[in-house]
Amino acid sequence: MQNPNCPAQGNVASQPQVSGDYIIEVKNVFKQFEDGKFALNDVSLSVKKGEFVTILGPSGCGKTTLLRCIAGFQVASSGDILLKGEDVTQTPPYKRPVNTVFQKYALFPHLNVFENVAFGLKMKKVEKTTIAKKVKAALKMANLTGYEDRKVDTLSGGQQQRVAIARAIVNEPEVLLLDEPLSALDLKMRHDMQIELKELHDKLGITFIYVTHDQEEALTLSDRVVVMSEGEIQQIGTPTDIYNEPINCFVADFIGESNILSGTMICDRKVRFCGHEFDCVDEGFGEMMPVDVVIRPEDIYILDNPEKGQLQGEVQSCIFKGVHYEMRVLTPDHFEFLIQDYHEFLPGRKIGMLVKPEDIQIMKKERLFNTFEGEIVKNNKVNFLEADWDLDPEVAAQFEPGDKVRVEVEFADVDLQDYEEEGTLTGEVHFILYKGDHYHLTIRTDEGYDIHVNTQDVWDDGDRVGVVILPKDIRVSKL
Amino acid sequence: MKKLSDIASSRHTWAWPYILFLVLFVVLPLVLIAFYAFTTADGRFTVQNFLKFFTHSEAISTFVYSVFIAVLNTVICLLLGYPAAYIMANEDYRTPKVMAMLFILPMWINFLLRTVATVELFNMIGFKLGEGALLFGLCYDYLPFMIYPIYNTLQKMDRSLVEAAGDLGANRAKVFTKVILPLSMPGVYSGIVMVFMPTVSTFAIAELLTHNNIKLFGSLIQDYITTSDLLNYGAVLSLILLVIIGITSFFGSTEDDSQKGGLI
Repeated sequence: MQNPNCPAQGNVASQPQVSGDYIIEVKNVFKQFEDGKFALNDVSLSVKKGEFVTILGPSGCGKTTLLRCIAGFQVASSGDILLKGEDVTQTPPYKRPVNTVFQKYALFPHLNVFENVAFGLKMKKVEKTTIAKKVKAALKMANLTGYEDRKVDTLSGGQQQRVAIARAIVNEPEVLLLDEPLSALDLKMRHDMQIELKELHDKLGITFIYVTHDQEEALTLSDRVVVMSEGEIQQIGTPTDIYNEPINCFVADFIGESNILSGTMICDRKVRFCGHEFDCVDEGFGEMMPVDVVIRPEDIYILDNPEKGQLQGEVQSCIFKGVHYEMRVLTPDHFEFLIQDYHEFLPGRKIGMLVKPEDIQIMKKERLFNTFEGEIVKNNKVNFLEADWDLDPEVAAQFEPGDKVRVEVEFADVDLQDYEEEGTLTGEVHFILYKGDHYHLTIRTDEGYDIHVNTQDVWDDGDRVGVVILPKDIRVSKL
Repeated sequence: MKKLSDIASSRHTWAWPYILFLVLFVVLPLVLIAFYAFTTADGRFTVQNFLKFFTHSEAISTFVYSVFIAVLNTVICLLLGYPAAYIMANEDYRTPKVMAMLFILPMWINFLLRTVATVELFNMIGFKLGEGALLFGLCYDYLPFMIYPIYNTLQKMDRSLVEAAGDLGANRAKVFTKVILPLSMPGVYSGIVMVFMPTVSTFAIAELLTHNNIKLFGSLIQDYITTSDLLNYGAVLSLILLVIIGITSFFGSTEDDSQKGGLI
């Protein structure tokens, strides 16, 4: 999961280093919690004035922590946060020129709508008549005129949300931070509020930093999207960049639906997967390099005549999704594709599939097999991942106990057991990626290490497993 | 004709034991107090007992003193109890669970036993029994009743409200006065009621901790009622106390409800 070329830094480096351009600069921020876990792991991010930036990621990825560090509710363990070029890393929230819209609104229940919105201005000791004027304007902006005297707990969720927004924007902050502000609303209301937020952003012209786990929301609203996972920034880019050119499997899988397959880059502009050679537009991966290939379901064209397609397949299932049909198609080599098309192709039908070169997204494989550092121990065993594993006696004879070794294990050679006690070590399924004909799993061991596994078996996120590796499948070499 | 099972399953039937209990031990005593208050020793109607109270300077001064002691005790309990509750409820201070336990622990033991123990303790360290000892004893006995409701409201308060106030430019002091304090008022009100009411009518603590040198209104009532020929006068004093407590509890509950949206 760790990407050595942290895209965040790459992005920063590619932009001119003039502090004046950026309203927010997050520089190499780490946040470690008391239990030792890193919520933020070397996060760097620069936001221009007036931008709408969305921080997107699954729950527990560190996106809210990042927002809270910018707001000042949490202090970064190391690294710097700059607002308008000024270091605010240690500044308490009440002295920062930012305002926050909280996930559960956090409206003051003892105050009415007017008093809630006026709270920030009162703290700044603004003159009474000015407060009244500004609050009125903010309430009008949030479509809440006439609600001044209402108690906040008599308002609907959407109205409370608007009060929360009005309460923040009335202070005319440099930056508005929004922490999953729409997650408590129902779908219809959420769509309406998305449009209102976008309009508000255009009207106010201030910087919005928006945290969400909803990828559709992120793509709809933002100028730029920051995709996070496991406390690290995976990719920063415009919604189209993120969607069309995901930098790794995590981003491809998290944003929208995708077919992710293992392939080989034969040479520039030629890639082979599913037993067929395809033209593509990517260059610079080298020759015969293993790569991951991403094809969006809407980028596969279905042809009536199977012979005319690059690949052939049989429709397995077909579901009507409103605008389009979504089909699962199986090739004779047992690769499964997800395809979206406006036309219906019924199960059992043989079809051809066509992909245009520019719709094939190639990604460098993050790793080709598991590598661990280990040490030879007594009784023909090797110790790695804090466990002792049996070695082939012939292999073990080449080493002395105490030798430091590099251990390599192919993804497909790791066996997972239902019964934890049968495994040499235990862990749980942490990340699942479907690669057309197999699953690529990340197993997080109880000691906190990752093992990558290819398997045909279906596992669920969070399943407890025992890990077994046969002696013949453990490759060791001296360090 | 109704079957026996019908009678047993009817909800009204189940209410009877409680109604009987309430009539015997709540309504009847109240009626008796009122009856004795408005009659002479041989049973004739009179308002003389009330008139006696308003001209009886000892009773009035004891009454005023009792209210004064009760107010003082309530204020002391509030001043000591609020910070304690605040610290216990605030995650930032990481108060061990043990500390919360220690505050609540004395409530497990009967207050008379605790008071007797306090007397022994004071005797041991040579502290003179009197007004100071009385206030200490009252505070010691009633402090948990102040801490607990405040702790409860503070703990249930949404932490993000504190963050929101800070976000909107309120420093620590403002966050407290503008958000935390107003939101904890329901707890403060019930704390006040739970400390003030029993303190006004207390008598055992006063007897024990002052060697019967300081008389509170409760002690006065006890004196008159145990001296049987002044039972009627004792009833008047009880009735007056009852009315005063009734007024404070009414004050407490209306404030309380307005915080919850004034449902009742």
